[in-house]
Amino acid sequence: MNINKSILPLVNPLSKDNPVIVQVLGICSALAVTAKLEPAVVMTISVTAVLALANVIISLLRNTIPTSIRIIVQLVVVAALVVIVDQVLKAWNYEVSKALSVFIGLIITNCIIMGRLEAFAMTNRPWPSFLDGIGNGLGYGIILIIVGFFRELLGSGTLFGCQVIPQWCYDHGYQNNGMMILPPMALITVACIIWVHRARNKDLQE
Amino acid sequence: MNRQSNTYTIIYSTVLVIVVGVVLSVVYQALRPEQVKNIENDTKRQILAAARIVPENGESVADLYTDHITASYIVNTEGQKTDSNIDAFNVDVAAQSKVAADERLLPVFECKTDQGLKYIIPVYGAGLWGPIWGYIAFDNNGDTIYGAYFAHAGETPGLGAEIEKPKFQDQFEGKDIFSPSGDFTSVAVVKVGKEPQGQAWVHAVSGGTITSQGVQKMLYDSLAPYSAFLKSL
Repeated sequence: MNINKSILPLVNPLSKDNPVIVQVLGICSALAVTAKLEPAVVMTISVTAVLALANVIISLLRNTIPTSIRIIVQLVVVAALVVIVDQVLKAWNYEVSKALSVFIGLIITNCIIMGRLEAFAMTNRPWPSFLDGIGNGLGYGIILIIVGFFRELLGSGTLFGCQVIPQWCYDHGYQNNGMMILPPMALITVACIIWVHRARNKDLQE
Repeated sequence: MNRQSNTYTIIYSTVLVIVVGVVLSVVYQALRPEQVKNIENDTKRQILAAARIVPENGESVADLYTDHITASYIVNTEGQKTDSNIDAFNVDVAAQSKVAADERLLPVFECKTDQGLKYIIPVYGAGLWGPIWGYIAFDNNGDTIYGAYFAHAGETPGLGAEIEKPKFQDQFEGKDIFSPSGDFTSVAVVKVGKEPQGQAWVHAVSGGTITSQGVQKMLYDSLAPYSAFLKSL
């Protein structure tokens, strides 16, 4: 496939270089917020916004940042952005903000973000950094949403809070799998995604 | 300019922190009114939940609240309404729980329901990891619980956090907090299999012993100051 080289930072993290299933970063939050689809989507948007903006800001500042405090500078920028996201959610989507509670704050410690800032934004121009941020945010989000989809569907029989498994299934003895709601099933779902992904991408197999 | 020098580093970090500080305070100030409104709506939702009024799709909590809550006032431990200017809705129940019982401001919300007038009283206490709170709705005999709502800040999911589930809360329906002779007995939260004599009880959450005990203590401590008021109904 012939892809324009300039959009590689955007496309790579979606599959070949996915932060969750290839680099195995950000697993903690991927387990915690995926019991329902809606928080997974909000978390995706939040992380993507924080990552893209942080990447751009750090990339703009990259030639001025003193080497000895560069990690601290990155942390301050990320922390400020996360607080802003948290405040915006509290103002505009209180329910979801309550459901995500501490996990929004914990975006600060999401290794994907620090990893991209240090590995990409510190050495690249703002535009590729922006694409890299969007790409990695979405790469993380795709996995969250896939996991959230299966956990909500099988665990609660709903999607985005709407009942999708019809009542007659329950009348005929179908039951929601309560285990899907618990964190271990997120881990197993992620593992299944990794399995399928590696099976299709032989070059990633070890 | 030498970007590795100490002076540069110190100036750089100072400027960065000031800029970030200004940005954050502007954002906070700009979004504050909206957030306060959300928190108020959430409190209203909780108060209504005690009287088993849950907003259906699209219903606004604020409208439901105005429709159902017909009066709110503050009483004292003698059961008399106080004529303070403080709005019962704005009383900080958490702060009041630390005040000596006879000096507390005791908010009461009167709620009109399909089954008559209910009196809703806020309760506040401590669970295992942090605060727990709730609202209890009483029938107009001032004795029988009509509905209960509990919430928590950070109890263990699946264990202590079960106090916010209907399975736990629905048990409170119909329990009397006074003994037939008129003594305040509250509601005990007991392990499955135990049946205390002489007081109403509900089953504790299994695996959530400390939280369940917290609920029991919260009910006793928060409802006791209302005894006179509830008896006067």
